[in-house]
Amino acid sequence: MTATFPRILPCGDAALMFEFGDTVDEAVNAKVLALDAAIARAAIPGLIEAVPTYRSLLVHYDPLAIDFATLGARLWPLAENLQAATGRRRCWRIPVVYGGEFGVDLEAVAKRHGLSPDEVVRIHTSGRYYVAMLGFMPGFAYLAGLDARIATPRRDEPRTMTPTGTISIGGVQAGVQCLAAPSGWNLLGRTPVRTYHPLRDPVFVIEPGDAVAFYAIDESRWHDLDLAAAEGEPVAELVPA
Amino acid sequence: MTALIVASAGPLTSVQDAGRFGAQRYGLTTSGAMDRFALACANILAGNSATTASIEIGPFPATFLAWDGDVRIAVAGAGRDLRIGDRPLPMMQSAIVPAGERLRIGPARDGVFSILGIEGGVGGTPIYGSLSVTARLGIGSPFPRPLQIGDELSVQAASARDERRLDLSPPVAAPIRVVAGPQDDEFTAEALRLLFESDWRVSSASDRMGYRLEGPRLVHTKGHNIVSDGTVNGSIQVPGNGQPIVLLADRGTTGGYPKIATVIGSDLGSSRRGGPEKS
Repeated sequence: MTATFPRILPCGDAALMFEFGDTVDEAVNAKVLALDAAIARAAIPGLIEAVPTYRSLLVHYDPLAIDFATLGARLWPLAENLQAATGRRRCWRIPVVYGGEFGVDLEAVAKRHGLSPDEVVRIHTSGRYYVAMLGFMPGFAYLAGLDARIATPRRDEPRTMTPTGTISIGGVQAGVQCLAAPSGWNLLGRTPVRTYHPLRDPVFVIEPGDAVAFYAIDESRWHDLDLAAAEGEPVAELVPA
Repeated sequence: MTALIVASAGPLTSVQDAGRFGAQRYGLTTSGAMDRFALACANILAGNSATTASIEIGPFPATFLAWDGDVRIAVAGAGRDLRIGDRPLPMMQSAIVPAGERLRIGPARDGVFSILGIEGGVGGTPIYGSLSVTARLGIGSPFPRPLQIGDELSVQAASARDERRLDLSPPVAAPIRVVAGPQDDEFTAEALRLLFESDWRVSSASDRMGYRLEGPRLVHTKGHNIVSDGTVNGSIQVPGNGQPIVLLADRGTTGGYPKIATVIGSDLGSSRRGGPEKS
């Protein structure tokens, strides 16, 4: 049986899934992010929060304030009149120390594609990405827009731990990781930027749908920038899209 | 200043309220009390609103010392022997722990988690409106970790008022109620039948992230990987081994295993329906 999209699926008595597809696809994700924005504007009573992912929008609601059918009836017209959000994207410029102990897989990724490490860095830093979703752990941004020339499958053996600020590639996806965590992705470098900092206001700096670009910094700048980020500086620069 | 001091505590003792909402879109889990009904009962008995920050106590015993003032408390959730000094106290009954005396909470007799409600709640600095501790992430307040011996919790001195008691009918041994989906179409009809008709055991590997269930194998029709989507408190995900996991308070906000069904909110937590042993 093949599903037809979009569709609404129940998630218990206090959430529903508005599903636009079942694949990783930028067009599908654009619809998810556009519905997320439309819902935020609509200020529907009883809606608690929405969680965008690659292919669907999970909507948490208070079942004592609004029910599944009523909320669904509010969402369908929004989904049928989506406006592409690409025009208003803001862009974060994120500093990265590439290679060496900061990016232990850079050489292997380069070798795999018949490139030099510098060429991999040049391709990674000349790319323009956008945040398809955040998930898995606080501040882990899944980025779309990786150049196919450096797309690299996940490692056969995931690492049991990878460092804070890891900048990595998993298949056609690129990532910005905040906390230390297990990962099977290929590690290109590290950023001092904290996408999540529980004692900072704001706690999170990167929104789903934001654009992201990387630039290389020298290892000698790591210490100062890392300290500034630990003290609550964003370190990432916000530039108009 | 009046305080409640942790004199002894097991590893699963932490400050919890109704949880942290508004940041699941950034990958931050909600946490919050495992048993929301017990949270509401303990708080209302202690004289608070239903979602005030309280102390969640895991299956092990715990002891608290009232310091520099009398402290009004009530305990709800998994049944336990309670004593203030050498005087027994029933569950679901507010009482004063006089300054300098100890509240002794025995091991859980049934269920896993109990809630110690404290008049005025626990003081702290909220993140996204919540003091709830997420041990894995090292966040929460007033301590960004589970409670330890010697921790001092700032509380208010007990007000002058009558004590409260709540008499509820005994918990019913009834099946946990679920809503099928969102990915029930990723499973065989036999898997759905087994989910509803089998007895499930909660594995000892269960924690605040999820309850692992042991029983017959639930078979997927299209493999066990889906493109990750959002999870809720109560999502029943089924990894490749066919053994379901009920995702709970500290769950990851997104996941890549199909979710065959979702436990409804009122049946989460163990105090009213005997735990999710049955489906």
